[in-house]
Amino acid sequence: MKTKWKKWTADYGLFFLAVICLISIWEWIVLAGAVPAFILPSPTAIWGSLVENRELLFGEHLPATLLEVLIGFGFSLAGGLLFGIGMHFSRSLEKILYPFLVISQTVPLIAISPIFILWFGYTIWSKVAVTFLIAFFPIVVSTYDGLKAGGNEYRELLRTMGANRWMIFKKIQVPMALPSILSGLKMAVVYSVTGATIGEWLGASEGLGYFSRRMSGNLQADSVFAAIFLLSLMGICLFLVISFIEKRLLKNVMRGR
Amino acid sequence: MRGAIGLSDTLMLSIHDLTYAFQGNRPIFQKINLTVNPGEFVSVIGSSGSGKSTLFKLITGLLEPDQGKIGINGDFSGGRLGKVGYMPQKDLLLPWRPVLDNVLLPLEVRGKKGNLAEAREWLSRFGLSDYENAFPDELSGGMRQRAAFLRTMMTGKDLLLLDEPFGALDALTKRKMHSWLLGLWEDLQKTVLFITHDLEEAILLSDRIYLIGDGNVQEWKVNLPRPRNSEQIYQPAFIELRKELERLIHHEN
Repeated sequence: MKTKWKKWTADYGLFFLAVICLISIWEWIVLAGAVPAFILPSPTAIWGSLVENRELLFGEHLPATLLEVLIGFGFSLAGGLLFGIGMHFSRSLEKILYPFLVISQTVPLIAISPIFILWFGYTIWSKVAVTFLIAFFPIVVSTYDGLKAGGNEYRELLRTMGANRWMIFKKIQVPMALPSILSGLKMAVVYSVTGATIGEWLGASEGLGYFSRRMSGNLQADSVFAAIFLLSLMGICLFLVISFIEKRLLKNVMRGR
Repeated sequence: MRGAIGLSDTLMLSIHDLTYAFQGNRPIFQKINLTVNPGEFVSVIGSSGSGKSTLFKLITGLLEPDQGKIGINGDFSGGRLGKVGYMPQKDLLLPWRPVLDNVLLPLEVRGKKGNLAEAREWLSRFGLSDYENAFPDELSGGMRQRAAFLRTMMTGKDLLLLDEPFGALDALTKRKMHSWLLGLWEDLQKTVLFITHDLEEAILLSDRIYLIGDGNVQEWKVNLPRPRNSEQIYQPAFIELRKELERLIHHEN
């Protein structure tokens, strides 16, 4: 127990110390009246807004955004893996899809989002679409690159054993691609939160992005900050979930690397 | 020679007028012939770049010859993948699998259920019984090579191609591996084609040696009775054989 605590402080101690210092300075600047509260609310004011709006934030807006993030990420995961694996198995598919993938990422998200609103209206699906567009790219690329990377000697060895392509895929290429795929997933899950928020900004009736936009219209900076704080916290938590899965899954794959 | 153990008289491996060139280069092999009898231990010696590993890739079926025929156990029909046991130069144990699972891999990829009891029996003969749940990065170099060798055995093929299996080991470990292999050889009931740089190793282990160089091969018989042990390298007869082989190599160059 004691060693765990020691390791934790060694890993994160400095970071939390810096956070505490920063928040203290921030609080002090605002209290001293150097910046007006509607530009930069004090940390205690943000906390106050969080507590005051807790029913609205935690009961309505946070679940709404989380649902969009999870559905969008789920689609990205399924689509990304499917496209990545498909491109790995078929060179023609790769030649057709890869340019489209790159093009999909060069289209400005803000510009294309109104089209999604046009198509899907103010429903959850317009936000899911934005989330998908932003999050599936890192999954496709990391899956495809991961499956392609290395393992040539292993592949030859398995071929001499009489293994077919599916066996080589299952026994060699998937395990070797896992680190890359999981890196892609970590990026994608964080992007998903961004995607859902952007989707909500452009038109929604609930969600943390919608809430922060409405509050910024009312010049309630403390509430905007409270929503941002929750969004960031959501991103961190989702990232940690994937990191946890990664640690469990890669315990043996990462041996000898 | 070892017909008593039930291996047939058909040639285990016959290579007939084999020619092979990497694209746009001059041929690495020019019409070479090479045979291995059932139960024989045959070494292939040659300098780096003489094409030893390429020869193995041709035999396993990873590469196809430009001209000539390769037959495994009398079968010249092509499609050699999955017909011989191949042990590459690097051990290529899957780092995420414990030793037992690595050893069972050849059965697994062909969709067969491995016989655990048999695998464990072999693990103990290979001195690995205490390590069946260990991961490759926890093993010493010698143990890794033995595990890779056992994996090659578990393919169940009669002909095993071993590409410099002891090349990366230190002298002492190598010596131990020789004793171990010589002690086990009669029981294995396998046919081995073995690549090495090490003349001493080749003489000690082999029934015959093929010298590869300049696209040709030359055959040399090892007149050393079996069973052998690794102490024999100090005997005058052995040293005389070694001198003879070296003369042959210099003569060829």
